[in-house]
Amino acid sequence: MYTQDPYFWRAGAIATVIFMCVVLAALTIDTLRQITPGGARVPAYDVINSAVTYQYDASRGEYAPKIGGEELIFGHKYSADEATALLARGKLVIQSRACIDCHTFFGNGAYYAPDLTRAWMDPVWARYAGPKRADRLAKFLMNPLRLGSRPMPNLHIQRDEAEAAVAYLKWMSAVDSNGFPDRFGAPGAQ
Amino acid sequence: MYRAQRLGLKYLTASTVMFGAMIVFGLLASIYYVRPGFMLNTFNFSTAKIVHIDGLVIWLLMGFIGAIYWFLPQELDREVEGIGLAEVLFWVFCAAVAVVVVVFIFVQYGAANEWSMWFINQGRKYVEAPRWAAMGIAAVAGVFAYNVIATTVVARKSTGILTVLIADLVPLVLLYFDAFPEMTNMSQDLFWWWWLVHLWVEATWEVLIGCIMAWTLIHLVGASRRVVESWLYVEVALVLGTGILGLGHHYFWIGTPRYWFAIGGFFSALEPLPLLGMVVHAVYDAGERHLQAANRPAFYWTLAEAFGNFIGAGVWGFMMTLPQINLYSHGTQWTASHGHLAFWGAYGCGVIAVLYLAIAQARGCERLDGTAWKWSFALLNTGMVGMSGALLVAGIDQAFFERAIGGSTWNAYLSMEGRPWFNESMWARLAFGLIFACGFAVLVYDLIAIPKRREAGAREEATAAAGS
Repeated sequence: MYTQDPYFWRAGAIATVIFMCVVLAALTIDTLRQITPGGARVPAYDVINSAVTYQYDASRGEYAPKIGGEELIFGHKYSADEATALLARGKLVIQSRACIDCHTFFGNGAYYAPDLTRAWMDPVWARYAGPKRADRLAKFLMNPLRLGSRPMPNLHIQRDEAEAAVAYLKWMSAVDSNGFPDRFGAPGAQ
Repeated sequence: MYRAQRLGLKYLTASTVMFGAMIVFGLLASIYYVRPGFMLNTFNFSTAKIVHIDGLVIWLLMGFIGAIYWFLPQELDREVEGIGLAEVLFWVFCAAVAVVVVVFIFVQYGAANEWSMWFINQGRKYVEAPRWAAMGIAAVAGVFAYNVIATTVVARKSTGILTVLIADLVPLVLLYFDAFPEMTNMSQDLFWWWWLVHLWVEATWEVLIGCIMAWTLIHLVGASRRVVESWLYVEVALVLGTGILGLGHHYFWIGTPRYWFAIGGFFSALEPLPLLGMVVHAVYDAGERHLQAANRPAFYWTLAEAFGNFIGAGVWGFMMTLPQINLYSHGTQWTASHGHLAFWGAYGCGVIAVLYLAIAQARGCERLDGTAWKWSFALLNTGMVGMSGALLVAGIDQAFFERAIGGSTWNAYLSMEGRPWFNESMWARLAFGLIFACGFAVLVYDLIAIPKRREAGAREEATAAAGS
């Protein structure tokens, strides 16, 4: 019987794998197009010059980032090129200190410390409104305070590195991640 | 014995050493959860975690490579092509791993510059190894793929298992090049990073362990090659047919489009199917053989692989990958629970089965049984199930109270840390981790003791012969 012939199953395996690879390739092209900075889902890097909040969107039934008017960080308005260079450095800070091996980004990483997706707008910094928040966050990164029972180590982050990392967190908080995390900073939540 | 088989045994030995190192650093990492502030600023949690998870990858990779060097010459009845180069690269690989671990432990991190990426830590989970070491791993993988392909070509003979293995090695090696890029855009970075992590762990590695298990079954219980190869093709079709687009369950929340909800959810739901088929077949085979085989430890670890793969990777994975659940379970200890049980069931048990099979064959031990392996089997599996259970309770607690109710803020996270269910689970995880470590110690003792058993058997036979 043909089902007892391994070559029958081999043909099925090859056809299945080729089909799935073609579908994945097509979806990859479309996804990469949609997550290029400057699109509707992933903002341009100079979004760091604007206010970013996370609000409930009734039409979508979930929370989504909202870009507001101008709100500068570190007293500087970054051009597109400056913002790109600053965020590239911010990403290097995050990688060089292996932040992802304690924290999570969009929920990916280790699970030993809080998720950083919306860390920029965390209520813990609420009393530091506007430009003050960036400065406060940068100081925290350089000399971490003991928040709760699980302290953050001092990773010898320099001022310029801290500013780049804070700018990165602000940009990341503006990425549309389909409602994740749910109810972040919502009334009644912590 | 072929030189390639001797090399295979070296890889399996190195793999066991890495298994031990992974356990030590896993235990260390678990202490930070019950003693916050442990070795703060001296040896931070992230360093212990990096050595733990990178050790896991290296343990399993070395185990796979060792298993294939063991089986390949037997499959083709000839020495492996380029074996001299492979032997040199084994020592290069071991030296590189040692240097990377020393740098991780004593240097830990650097400034935000390219030097850190090249020589200290790339800071991307699972592929933290600095670029120079990653290039070394790519070279080892390239030479390994060359060994397999060139030997098959020179032998002018191929089998179904070899065909699948070669077809699998090409993407496996190519995907590793995903360990190098440095992208500013976190969404794109994570998008490609999952190509490496998911398409290794839930696709190419599954096929690789499928090939290794196919050889194991042929050598262990004399399974029919025709039947084994047919099942291998079915497994390839199902694993890759569901696993390639199952990649979508990692694309729910990283900034990627919404259509990944449907694609990821649907194919993730199908991913347990091939693993369920494996369990059904394992139960059938085990029943037919009344749980008896000449090499009982290898046989039991093969069964554990089938069950562990289905439960750890299949059931535990499906439990949390539907987007409606994943919104809250994603990035919690629930994920860690799945990770532990899945890696153990899908790969760890398989590597241990090959260890028993290869060492018994190498030492001419035709029958293998005893008491120590049963203790090791029970302790390791009890430890792993206990750790995964504890992490699951912690993860569900976290999903409810930090994520769903607390809204995932820093204060929600910090409050969750103080919750009794979370803390009790972390203590339980540490306790079961110690049980797991005891199981590893007995495993090593048992593997070392195998020649003694053969000698004891020979003495008994000699005594019996003299008596008759």
